[in-house]
Amino acid sequence: MLKTRIFKGTRWLALGSLVLLDGCSLTNSPLLDPAGPVGRSEMHLIVIAFLLMLIPVIPVIVMTFWFARRYRASNTNATYKPNWAHSNKIELVVWMIPILIVAGLSVLSWITTHKLNPYKRLVVKQNGVAVKSLPIDVIALNWKWLFIYPEQHLATVNQMVIPVGTPLNIHLTSDTVMTSFFIPRLGTQIYAMAGMMTRLNLLASRAGTFTGLNTQISGVGFSKMHFKVIAMKPQGFATWVAKVHRSPKQLDFATYRKLEKPSLVNPVTYYSDVSPNTLFSDVIAKYTQGRKLTSAQEQLALRSFRSSH
Amino acid sequence: MFGKLTLSAIPYHAPIIMGAVAFTMLGALIIAGLISYYGKWGYLWREWLTSVDHKKIGIMYIILAFVMLLRGISDAIMMRTQQAMSFGPDHGYLPPDHYQQIFSAHGTIMILFVAMPFIVGLMNVVVPLQIRARDVAFPFMNSLSFWLTVAGAMLIMVSLGVGDFSRAGWTGYPPLSGIHYSPGTGVDYWDWAIQLSGIGTLMTGINFTVTILRMRPPGMTLMKMPIFTWSVLCTAILIMLAFPPLTVTLAMLSLDRYLGMHFFTNTLGGDVMLYANLFWIWGHPEVYIVILPAFGVYSEVVATLCGKRLFGYTTMVWATAVITILSFSVWLHHFFTMGASSAVNSVFSITTMLIAIPTGVKIFNWLFTMYRGKVRFETPMLWTLAFLVLFPLGGMSGVMLALPGADFVLHNSEFLVAHFHNVLITGTLFGMFAGYSYWFPKAFGFGLDEKWGRRAFWAWIIGFVMAFAPLYVLGFLGMTRRLNHYTNPAWHPWLEIAFVGTMVVVLGIVFQIVQLVVSVRNRERTRDVTGDYWQNGRTLEWATASPAPFYNFATIDPVHEIDEFMYLKEKGIAYKEPKQYRDIHMPRNTPAGFVLGGLSFVLGFGLIWHIWWLVVLSALATLVTVIVRAMNDDVDYYVPAAEVQQIEEARFKQLKETDPLLSGQALQHTHTPVILVHEAQQS
Amino acid sequence: MTTKTVADLSVAAGYSVKEHAAGHSASQEHEDHGHAAAISRTVDGFWLYIMTDCILFATVFTGFAVMSHRYAGGPTGKELFDLPYLFGETMFLLVSSVTYGFVVLAMNRMNKGGVVGWLMVTFLLGLGFISMEVNEFYHMVAAGNGPDRSGFLTGFFTLVGTHGAHVTLGLVWMATMIFMVMKKGLTPQNQSRLIRLSMFWHFLDVVWIGVFTIVYLRGVM
Repeated sequence: MLKTRIFKGTRWLALGSLVLLDGCSLTNSPLLDPAGPVGRSEMHLIVIAFLLMLIPVIPVIVMTFWFARRYRASNTNATYKPNWAHSNKIELVVWMIPILIVAGLSVLSWITTHKLNPYKRLVVKQNGVAVKSLPIDVIALNWKWLFIYPEQHLATVNQMVIPVGTPLNIHLTSDTVMTSFFIPRLGTQIYAMAGMMTRLNLLASRAGTFTGLNTQISGVGFSKMHFKVIAMKPQGFATWVAKVHRSPKQLDFATYRKLEKPSLVNPVTYYSDVSPNTLFSDVIAKYTQGRKLTSAQEQLALRSFRSSH
Repeated sequence: MFGKLTLSAIPYHAPIIMGAVAFTMLGALIIAGLISYYGKWGYLWREWLTSVDHKKIGIMYIILAFVMLLRGISDAIMMRTQQAMSFGPDHGYLPPDHYQQIFSAHGTIMILFVAMPFIVGLMNVVVPLQIRARDVAFPFMNSLSFWLTVAGAMLIMVSLGVGDFSRAGWTGYPPLSGIHYSPGTGVDYWDWAIQLSGIGTLMTGINFTVTILRMRPPGMTLMKMPIFTWSVLCTAILIMLAFPPLTVTLAMLSLDRYLGMHFFTNTLGGDVMLYANLFWIWGHPEVYIVILPAFGVYSEVVATLCGKRLFGYTTMVWATAVITILSFSVWLHHFFTMGASSAVNSVFSITTMLIAIPTGVKIFNWLFTMYRGKVRFETPMLWTLAFLVLFPLGGMSGVMLALPGADFVLHNSEFLVAHFHNVLITGTLFGMFAGYSYWFPKAFGFGLDEKWGRRAFWAWIIGFVMAFAPLYVLGFLGMTRRLNHYTNPAWHPWLEIAFVGTMVVVLGIVFQIVQLVVSVRNRERTRDVTGDYWQNGRTLEWATASPAPFYNFATIDPVHEIDEFMYLKEKGIAYKEPKQYRDIHMPRNTPAGFVLGGLSFVLGFGLIWHIWWLVVLSALATLVTVIVRAMNDDVDYYVPAAEVQQIEEARFKQLKETDPLLSGQALQHTHTPVILVHEAQQS
Repeated sequence: MTTKTVADLSVAAGYSVKEHAAGHSASQEHEDHGHAAAISRTVDGFWLYIMTDCILFATVFTGFAVMSHRYAGGPTGKELFDLPYLFGETMFLLVSSVTYGFVVLAMNRMNKGGVVGWLMVTFLLGLGFISMEVNEFYHMVAAGNGPDRSGFLTGFFTLVGTHGAHVTLGLVWMATMIFMVMKKGLTPQNQSRLIRLSMFWHFLDVVWIGVFTIVYLRGVM
């Protein structure tokens, strides 16, 4: 309780000071006004680290100005001790201050790094029952994002629609160079790399339309490689799923191969079906001849892997 | 016949590039024309290009750094202009393809061809003088190091007009930098330019380690070494440990690109994260390689210009050593977002923050050197004060980035860009500027103009804050780095401020050029006759003439104190003539370094364009040159004692004419009126 | 800090070398870091170079370790390596290290003929090693198992090739030394060069033992 109040306090302090800097734009900062618990914890961490670092930084800046003024060469009143160059007391203090602060920060880092582990499943309880998470498979392509909803058997390009309050269990890979998947308002980014699968667990706690993007330079279409994230109430999500299922387009290998070709500013596209439903693991397997598995096996392995984590 | 090279490699169709090429060539032609007009080619060849004198090599390094700074800042102007323009429907004037080459070149140039040459240049000018040595341990290798760095820089300059440069960022992450996604020659320019200069730097590391460990005068124990020399020793050790992995990593990337190997490819077992790990095993120590000497400069400047012994010398040395060791344990913080376990991420996070401890201690030590001193606000001190105010802010953002939880949202953002510019500009670059204005009189025998120095300083400070504070804000607004176009209206005003800031920085550079011109014209007014330009010099470089004679010191006397020159002044024996002069052993000049640098440039060019006959030819020529040079045993000579005596006696005669009190009078701190150099300049 | 001479350093390096006066008095060398001191610093510098080369090899070994099981459907070490052949190849290099020892012994006796003779023997043994390695590479590439076949072969060719390139450079150096000793005799400079070449050659031997164990023995196991 106290903790949340402190967090709220720091948040308003941070926002307040930044608002002073700029009339309105920073209150709109996706990092300082997150739409989910992951982003919120990260914002708190940034604010706490910032405040902790002010403890040594402000005295250093003040002392610089103070000493420079007080001991200016023209000030004949100031004490001048040209050979004074050692003091055990001062040495002790100047070692202890950074040591203590870094010790504090280290504890903070250890705790928050474990808490914010992007691979850790988020648990949301509703009436005492854990809400079932929504798996989404993400494939980074040149220069667009493909989202596969394995449980809904549908796919979209450059648009990620998510239900509010449902933990997202995202799996990522790339069918091109290394990319980094990031939705600033939800928090935590993670690399998507070819032949590898990374994971990310996010949650939107309020409805809205957010921007998602690639933050890792990936060629000429890099600046355009962003997408819209639409967080809706669960009923809205269900309606949306039904809408996508009415789409005439379906994602099969032939369509995927066309889609995979480099393109800029791909329009949002809905696919009412994904076949084979192993497409995501097939894309990973493309690059891993060393441990070639049949699609079905790969899929099985992936699913059991998923349920065990 | 010419491999991949055809006339179409020259980008005639791109007016911006051709303009830059024309501008660069015009500059080169003007310089060449001036040299011809004054008939200085012979002088240039004999006294500079073939020189193995550490002081001249150092000066040439710094000239290279300034020239490349102009190129790097031009890139910065273009990027800032583009980002200030290309918002919403306006796509600016740079297509993504060109924009990405510019930021790749900017990073590569600023780190490897500005920061590195500047630091190596200062090391060269100062270290042998501080430890009373005649030269570095391997003078010829020193010349070779320099010319290899020049060869690398020239490859980057050539990429402007012949072909293109890498688009994969200065870190060149594969698979983007691999042959599949970057089939052109751009990545190869980047790769070979770094390879050549990297080999040069590695040799510098060996050279300075041996110089410092083996060429100190009697009495100068390790704990009596000037603090700048200490920081150079740590940097030299870091270079030796960190550069071989870079060489291997870039060679692996080349093997992927040239022979179709699979170190970093997506397919057949390649591993992109192997590259990231190996690159940053070099990359993170590299930041300490460029910042430790800057810390050394601040330590020297703050002691001299506050007229006081450096506070906590022993602590300073230990802090530097701790940073040196810790710098190898932090590389993973460059990719917390790759999906490593929480334990791995937290350990690297903590090791990263540990570095803040010795760094913080150093900052307090500088502050307590000012405490009860006499602070003089001349340019070197101004840069130091600016560093003390601005660098902790960079450290603060660094600690924030070191927390994986915060890095998850700040990674690859403009916040990161702001952070590393904050530490590299206020840490390294300001340190280099402080060192440049501090030791300029030692290198040339006259001082830099204080008035223009202050103007340049203020322009830099205001410009820096305006250019980079907005980037911190942009990070919080969710702006990612390296964008050539964006649609978010909230970003636009901040990018406009940053653009103005960059232009103010440019003004600072213009003032620095004016300062140089004015200082050369007024050189008689600021002539340094005593060799102790700041009148408060503490270490041995101030004990010899400005500029130092080619043999540096007539006699190698034993050393008693850390601040040996101050000790000698206090004893009243700083300007005593030696009783007897001896022959001095000196290295001979040689064109071999220049020739090998040139050949390696040709070799690099051949490799980039797959001109195999040229590669074979230049490789053979390199080998033959090395062997011929190795067979030459006539690499040194003795300067006769009579010649030394003549030079030294002329100096002592001049000293006595200037100030008869100088010789034989002990220095009394409390009564010595400190005449500020800038006041003297105005009077 | 006193300046060491070639002899001091050679002792440190495990050799004993006859001291040659550099034509100047000892006191002068002491003060001026004269000619002989410059030669001894070269040995110091070379030690540091060897250290950086160790790091270079360590990095290449790391690359190989990461790649060592990425066969990508291609052949494994077990299918590729012929241990008896490699044993022979290894013997060439090991024996060449011994014969280089004789070079140094001959140098200590100031026996110019011995030095040249043993250098030639060492050169031939080194050449034998390199020829066998090139032959091995040639057959692998000809069978379609070149470095572009898989991550494993990439790591293999790079590591073994880096060592081979070092040996080749060592051979060029050795040929140059044969010529220089014949021409100028055992001058202090040439002695220093022979000592440095010796350090380099033994270092390559040690690296090869690592390569042989990690790449070949473990590959076949």
